[in-house]
Amino acid sequence: MLLEVRQLKTYFDSDGEEIKAVDGVSFELNEGETLGLVGESGSGKSVTGLSILRLVPCPPGRMIGGEVLLNGVNLLAVSEEQMRQLRGKEIAMIFQEPMTSLNPVLTIGRQITETIRKHLGLSRYDARRRAVELLTQVQITDPERRLSQYPHHFSGGMRQRVMFAMALACNPKVIIADEPTTALDVTIQAQVLELMSNLSTEFGVAMVLITHDLGVVARYSDRVSVMYAGRVVESATTDELFAAPKHPYTLGLLSSVPRLDMAPGERLEPIKGNPPDLGNLPDGCSYSPRCPFADDRCRAEEPTLRSIDGRHEAACWKSDELTGITRIVNRDVPQQVRV
Amino acid sequence: MTSIAGPAAPVTGPPQPTDNLVEVRGLRMYFPIRSESLIGRPGVLKAVDDVSFTIRRGETLGLVGESGSGKSTIGRCLHMMYKPTAGEVLFEGTDLTKAPRRILRQLPKQAQVIFQDPFSSLDPRMSIEQILTEPLIIHDAVPHSERRTEVERLLSIVGMTARMASRYPHELSGGQRQRVAIARALAIRPAFIICDEPVSALDVSVRAQVLNLLEDLQEEYGLTYLFIAHDLSVVRHIADRVAILYLGHMVEIADRDELFGNPQHPYTKALLSAAPVPDPKIEATRQRIILKGEIPSPANKPSGCVFRMRCPMAIDECAVAMPALHHSADNHDVACIRV
Repeated sequence: MLLEVRQLKTYFDSDGEEIKAVDGVSFELNEGETLGLVGESGSGKSVTGLSILRLVPCPPGRMIGGEVLLNGVNLLAVSEEQMRQLRGKEIAMIFQEPMTSLNPVLTIGRQITETIRKHLGLSRYDARRRAVELLTQVQITDPERRLSQYPHHFSGGMRQRVMFAMALACNPKVIIADEPTTALDVTIQAQVLELMSNLSTEFGVAMVLITHDLGVVARYSDRVSVMYAGRVVESATTDELFAAPKHPYTLGLLSSVPRLDMAPGERLEPIKGNPPDLGNLPDGCSYSPRCPFADDRCRAEEPTLRSIDGRHEAACWKSDELTGITRIVNRDVPQQVRV
Repeated sequence: MTSIAGPAAPVTGPPQPTDNLVEVRGLRMYFPIRSESLIGRPGVLKAVDDVSFTIRRGETLGLVGESGSGKSTIGRCLHMMYKPTAGEVLFEGTDLTKAPRRILRQLPKQAQVIFQDPFSSLDPRMSIEQILTEPLIIHDAVPHSERRTEVERLLSIVGMTARMASRYPHELSGGQRQRVAIARALAIRPAFIICDEPVSALDVSVRAQVLNLLEDLQEEYGLTYLFIAHDLSVVRHIADRVAILYLGHMVEIADRDELFGNPQHPYTKALLSAAPVPDPKIEATRQRIILKGEIPSPANKPSGCVFRMRCPMAIDECAVAMPALHHSADNHDVACIRV
């Protein structure tokens, strides 16, 4: 096991209210694997990513507990100095908006070589050669000239390539990519994701791909963890998750997205209600107010993530009842298509 | 102008195929731009360049494109937020580009806009009731004594309770705000609604609710939609006909099933293959066309066909001129010399 996240908890203080942004998240990442971390806004997927690298601003954030084991070393227990050594070298992160993570007044070359020189101890000359090599790998043409340019000279897609080059710079074992292509156009998104997928395979980097887009997950991840209200509610291989979802929220998501392979004009089945208010979660299962399967037990007792079938895990009392259901067809009455 | 059918008087009978509500002929929208140097001559940005289409009464025309395609500019020209540089915009036979102000002042009664971001399109200092009452007052839609009931009726149309009237936008979720924006658009019973990326800012589970609502309202009140989006799966779901734009030009327009089943333009094909489908089985076998290069700036378009620099099928002749739309099949026009 390369990366193991166990019972991670990160809370935020907001006007005296305690927001449980991440509340007991657990997942595993194997060597060379891509794990899709899926969820809607407020599900805690980005905070999970930040918590793994200990980048949560504190205050208002507080890392309450849990473990993040990278090759057996608990990242939450090492000193800040050790963490600085690991960040970028062993584990790197890419953000949605590259413009906010690149320094606008430094050249791209300076920003890439800084990381390389710091972590690998290369000379100025060697670091620059390595930077040229990296830009070539992310298919940026004319890398020598590009190194002396500033971030605003680059388009959105190019900036994200630069970010990926920087993430790859020190051959990390894990890259956490937080919605890396959400801000990009469709054809540019395809270019960047394809590149990231090819390079991570080539260099054997494992990736946590944080996204809200089920299509991106279906194409690029080996396994998926679905998050809802600060918790992982389901984990499975990508094929399993889409073919046999074991949590009503996953099922609801799959039924509510218009798909290019759906019969045109087919009715969408939305998840009823609104996304949860993290400061005021219901008793029991936090999805129960929106769940068509919920009963009294769901509204009273909180289910934990448990194994359903080998490594297919779900946090639901009703998982067994979902067997064979791949799509919800009636909004209010749980009357489903069985296949 | 003829009177319009609104929520009080639903259109009876199916829409006639020849009944064009909106007709756009040779629309051009150019913006002046300053050149890089102070003494250089000012240039023009051709945001929309010779675009023609019609929208039939009761149908939904999907307008798809990436950044710089001119899709939002077309929407704004249709609502006379921009005065087009050239071309005609006929609404029920009246050319709005030449219409006197007296007529244009009445335009909002016929055509309304719903914007992408319900966070910025609603005034944060107005209650929902005030937001919904404002258009009623401006257009003198209902007598003073009936305004309160009308607001409640509008809220119920979009699936919200009367209780919500006293709330402020910040108290609502993204989906609820977009419902309020839809209710506001419906307040004065328009025949035509320009939906500019209405669900792009919403979470997946809420997106389906809003799409279904738009469909229900169309059916009930005989509304005509121009649906502007970058997400092909959403457009395929909601549109009857689809137009594909690239750098200010319309490159393909066809009935929905024809466009998705038999795309002709190389850009349309690439766009379709770039959009990930939320199904790993389909993804595993799908052919992907990854386009080369970036989307050029609309201020600096290539000569000849605007797509030729990225086109996998480009030949020397493509550099000669931007091809005009030509007939490819029934109700299917393509602007490409290679098909």
